Amino acid sequence: MATAVMTTLDPNSRSAARGMSDLTIRNLFIIPTIVFLIVFNIFPLIYSLGYSFTDFRASSAAPANFVGLQNYRELLNDPFIWSNFAITAKYVIVSVVGQVVVGFGVALLLNRDIPLKGLLTTLLLLPMMLSMAVVGLFWKLLYDPSFGIINYTLGLGSFEWLSNPDMALYAVAITDIWMWSPFVMLLSLAGLSAVPKHLYEAAAIDRAGSFYTFFRITLPLVAPILMIAIIFRTMEAFKTFDLAYILTSQPTTEVISIRLYKMAFQEWQTGRSCALAYIVLIMILAITNIYVKYLNKVKER
Amino acid sequence: MRKTMTSMLAGIGLVLACGTSVYAQDKELTIFWAEWDPANYLQELVNLYEAESGVKVTVETTPWPDFQTKAFTEFNAKGSAYDMVVGDSQWIGAASEAGHYVDLTDFFNKHNLKEVMAPATVKYYAEYPSNSGKYWSIPAEGDAVGWSYRKDWFEDPKEMEAFKAKYGYDLGVPKDWKQLRDIAEFFHRPDEKRYGVAIYTDNSYDALVMGVENAIFSFGGELGDYATYKVDGIINSEQNLKALEAYKELYSFTPPGWAKSFFIEDNQAITENLAAMSMNYFAFFPALINEASNPNAKVTGFFANPPGPNGDQFAALGGQGISVISYSQNQEEAMKFLEWFIKDETQKKWAELGGYTASAKVLESPEFQNATPYNKAFYETMFKVKDFWATPEYAELLIQMNQRVYPYITGNQGTAKEVLDSLAADWNATFKKYNRVK
Repeated sequence: MATAVMTTLDPNSRSAARGMSDLTIRNLFIIPTIVFLIVFNIFPLIYSLGYSFTDFRASSAAPANFVGLQNYRELLNDPFIWSNFAITAKYVIVSVVGQVVVGFGVALLLNRDIPLKGLLTTLLLLPMMLSMAVVGLFWKLLYDPSFGIINYTLGLGSFEWLSNPDMALYAVAITDIWMWSPFVMLLSLAGLSAVPKHLYEAAAIDRAGSFYTFFRITLPLVAPILMIAIIFRTMEAFKTFDLAYILTSQPTTEVISIRLYKMAFQEWQTGRSCALAYIVLIMILAITNIYVKYLNKVKER
Repeated sequence: MRKTMTSMLAGIGLVLACGTSVYAQDKELTIFWAEWDPANYLQELVNLYEAESGVKVTVETTPWPDFQTKAFTEFNAKGSAYDMVVGDSQWIGAASEAGHYVDLTDFFNKHNLKEVMAPATVKYYAEYPSNSGKYWSIPAEGDAVGWSYRKDWFEDPKEMEAFKAKYGYDLGVPKDWKQLRDIAEFFHRPDEKRYGVAIYTDNSYDALVMGVENAIFSFGGELGDYATYKVDGIINSEQNLKALEAYKELYSFTPPGWAKSFFIEDNQAITENLAAMSMNYFAFFPALINEASNPNAKVTGFFANPPGPNGDQFAALGGQGISVISYSQNQEEAMKFLEWFIKDETQKKWAELGGYTASAKVLESPEFQNATPYNKAFYETMFKVKDFWATPEYAELLIQMNQRVYPYITGNQGTAKEVLDSLAADWNATFKKYNRVK
């Protein structure tokens, strides 16, 4: 079956001369990748599933005892864990909505003939190319209440962006929006430039207003690629660690990955943290599935 | 041609020279510690050992917030990257029970270190379980929390007059926590960009907890019964409620954005003219008397953690002991190094370089006590210190305390009673989980 899909090897090629069959070449390309995936992804995944049912601690010499679903039960009954999930959800919504609005908005502005368009696009992409840790460190300076340039420019006096428990999560989200809007912008630009010009011309002939053109032509045609951007950004935002960890240590910014890190590498509750990692994995899979279903629906239209 | 020959010979000579020197430094030891000034002083000290013995010793460091994680990751993997570690006092339970540290009881007894080192350092850095007579490390860097203050602000006649008029007593080094609070309130002037006090608030490791401990211990409270693991009625005692409220009140007199501060920020409060008083470990005070790192060095004074309302006076213990790692391949060489490290001359040199020796003899010497403006306060404090839990599950206890206390102190959530009652329940559940209590 698999060989039927492949094109046959050219009998005059060097590979054919060496006596390699189509199957050998296919295996040569695929097997290393599969081995790599099994060793570094699948095996640890299954191994940690086993640990999630034990009270194993990597820091102690004591053997792991099977505890059944106790880890899952206790985690799902822990109000702190639920508050971590609520914080993560809030963060994902604020940050992804912000990135889509800003990114798509900038893409619309750039999707016309303006001078230095290439240079402008490249410059706008810069934040995305920086390391998360570096972005976190310098935004910490920008937000500083005593000498930070943000308060200085906006005339906010000594407003506490990161020490104020109600504001800190938004401050982290703003940094994330600054960093990743260019990603949404880039994908949106690709989508926008693929919209056939004749549709706009036809709309103009029919005297369609700019709102009508946007909601009936631009948005539906860009939607599939925008959905892909949203899926990527949601997954990334869900597992955010570095930015939130570096910028602030408020309990109101303790997203689930930070809690997971603390549980696994500060408290060394290896078994329980494996269980938490699985809960997070299932949640991400569920959310992504909803998006993918929606993406397929959008494509069908 | 001749030139080529000469350079070739020179090259061969160089290779041989390098070869022999590599051979001479065949034995190498690596000590792991956190990234801070004392680690630099230790590197200077061990350079002397290299000169004496030919064994190269390297002090490898990592920033404080990662220190625990990095060390235990290496231990758990049974890695031999480090031969010795200058590990935090509360690690001792976890590291000894898991077999990461070499048992140093025989070494300890042979050299009578119980008498040689200051009693508090033996109790908290070396012995586990308490009163068991089993020792896992050699007290290396003694440390406790003290306070620095701005002498020029305190001694300004106008300020002194205004203070006396407002509070009815003379402005000076606080004699108790009530005076500490008054002085913090008095100097707290956000309009002038001057603030009352700098305290520990960072909740990523143990900073906030140690800050709160200073209040709890001096108010006569305890964290729990370390022998029976009883916490209810102890961590949420009446004294502890008052202590927590007092710490929270101090937070209202801190500079803006003070919700994630530890030793760097607290020293900056003095060097940047932000606060009148600042809590910090004695280990960070050398930077405050150095004019290169503190423009206010001449007008910076120091005092020990003041007593609470009932006259109890204690401070949170810091500091570390040096332990040999079970997975090291140079254990014999490491023991030889420790023999050198505990010598009186070495300990004296260690103190001269800026390290806080735990050697009782050196601590008691007038030479040490007069060497800096804060050494006397350090000597006195080292006999009045208490520490956090050292059980293997201390990290869980620490995170639970951070989770309960931090929102109360910095975010004004809940009451002291709610916070400490919940904490007692958390800790009790943790001790039950590990079968410490029934």
